[in-house]
Amino acid sequence: MKGNEAVAHAAIRLGVDGYFGYPITPQSEILETLMAEAPWKTTGMVVLQAESETASINMVYGGAGCGKAVMTSSSSPGLSLMQEGLSYLAAGSLPCLVINVMRGGPGLGTIQPSQSDYFQTVKGGGHGDYKMVTLAPASVQEMSDFVGLGFELAFKHSTPVMILTDGVIGQMMEKVKLPEFRRRRTEEEIRKQCPWATLGKTPDRKPNIITTLELDAHAMERININLQEKYRKIEESEIRYQEIDCDDMDYLIVAFGSAARISQKAAELAKAEGIKVGIIRPITLWPYPSDIINQYASKVKGILTVEFNAGQMVEDVRLAVNGKVPVEHFGRLGGIIPTPFEVVSALKQKLIK
Amino acid sequence: MVNEIIIAGFGGQGVLSMGKILAYSGLMEGKEVSWFPSYGPEQRGGTSNVTVILSDNVISSPIVSEYDIAIILNQPSLEKFESQVKPGGILLYDPDGIHRPPTRKDISIYKVDAMAKATEMQNQKAFNMIVLGGLLKVKPIVDLEHVMMGLKKTLPVRHHGLLPMNEKAIITGMEIVEEIK
Repeated sequence: MKGNEAVAHAAIRLGVDGYFGYPITPQSEILETLMAEAPWKTTGMVVLQAESETASINMVYGGAGCGKAVMTSSSSPGLSLMQEGLSYLAAGSLPCLVINVMRGGPGLGTIQPSQSDYFQTVKGGGHGDYKMVTLAPASVQEMSDFVGLGFELAFKHSTPVMILTDGVIGQMMEKVKLPEFRRRRTEEEIRKQCPWATLGKTPDRKPNIITTLELDAHAMERININLQEKYRKIEESEIRYQEIDCDDMDYLIVAFGSAARISQKAAELAKAEGIKVGIIRPITLWPYPSDIINQYASKVKGILTVEFNAGQMVEDVRLAVNGKVPVEHFGRLGGIIPTPFEVVSALKQKLIK
Repeated sequence: MVNEIIIAGFGGQGVLSMGKILAYSGLMEGKEVSWFPSYGPEQRGGTSNVTVILSDNVISSPIVSEYDIAIILNQPSLEKFESQVKPGGILLYDPDGIHRPPTRKDISIYKVDAMAKATEMQNQKAFNMIVLGGLLKVKPIVDLEHVMMGLKKTLPVRHHGLLPMNEKAIITGMEIVEEIK
């Protein structure tokens, strides 16, 4: 099954309440699969093709405000249109899941895979001081798994969560084990889990109001401080990463998503030539696994980041390493996928020399 | 054991579906599999290709730089992928539409006259299964029983009546494939 299809099946099985989206390559199979499966007849999940990405993200805002498990998906240009909505969702502390199956930009760009929305996603593409928990799957299995994990984190921390992936993972087929069926939460359960949800006022409490407007600057600062406290808590508890062959290495590659898969093959090729390469694959891009990268920095001769972009995550690796060892970047742009060979040559050229 | 395979030709030749059937056949044998298509706009009439990997172990990258097996169905694909076959690897091609045949000496080259045979059988749809049959003869990476299971899994139920025709096409491909020396 394709990565995109796995997302759709996982969403139905996990009892998601609603999906709102607008078609764009390379992620249209998410909407197509949901439409074909017609979960509104079985689980009661709403699937709606909105008139635009702007509409989709605002439908998510509405659904999330009611405490429902709602999601949308798109690809790079569509995500640019959603940035205002994402800033509002973060400001409103609303749980939801957003999926970006990245393609080459800037502009309308190309439909081929890319990782050039890293900055937009982890540095805040919308306005204001906000952060989005960002998960980077590297397999079709993780595309399925991270739907569940994404909603778990979104509701645990009451905040939007992004699955940041690309056309390789979205379009490729691999084995996958889908989650067990789980029914949607009842309204009673939602009221209990999300006491803030706007599900209709009951006589025992004041009306719930969800707004992101606060004209009193002192009150707005308090809101910001609360958000930052929440983000620090997430940074303490939710960092995820995978280490591959890091116990005996001379060089370290840091790469996420499909670039990590290609780097793994590159590490195998390098090993055959006697070059020992380990890999750290950040699974959460925010919060970022800076500490582990910093720890390994003193044990290697150099670090290479491999990304399908002009050098975005490399900045976070350099911040983590803080000058201890050289940190170089290798990437291809605009929808070109680097081959494992190219990664090995870049490693030799930039670090081994 | 790992087989890294590229299948390349024109859109509409059944390149992607052949890859899918191969991947599902591997799945039926309990192998690890990956299927990654060139999903660009070229699918509509231009060149189309898919990388299929069958392995006994977990697959690292679904994208590779060189291949154990290349199945080539048109001239542009031959020019692109001939040089990317690993030394000692296999290149299988259909001579229909190939006017400059492959020249490498360090790989095994086979041809399967699938387009001509499909025309003779008056069944263009059998084309890609004839090619697949050719591959299974020269390199039995999956056995026929599992290929039929893979086919059953990929074909919609309403087309299951076509399974015997597909099996016949695969066997035909096994019969007509020949090594080029």
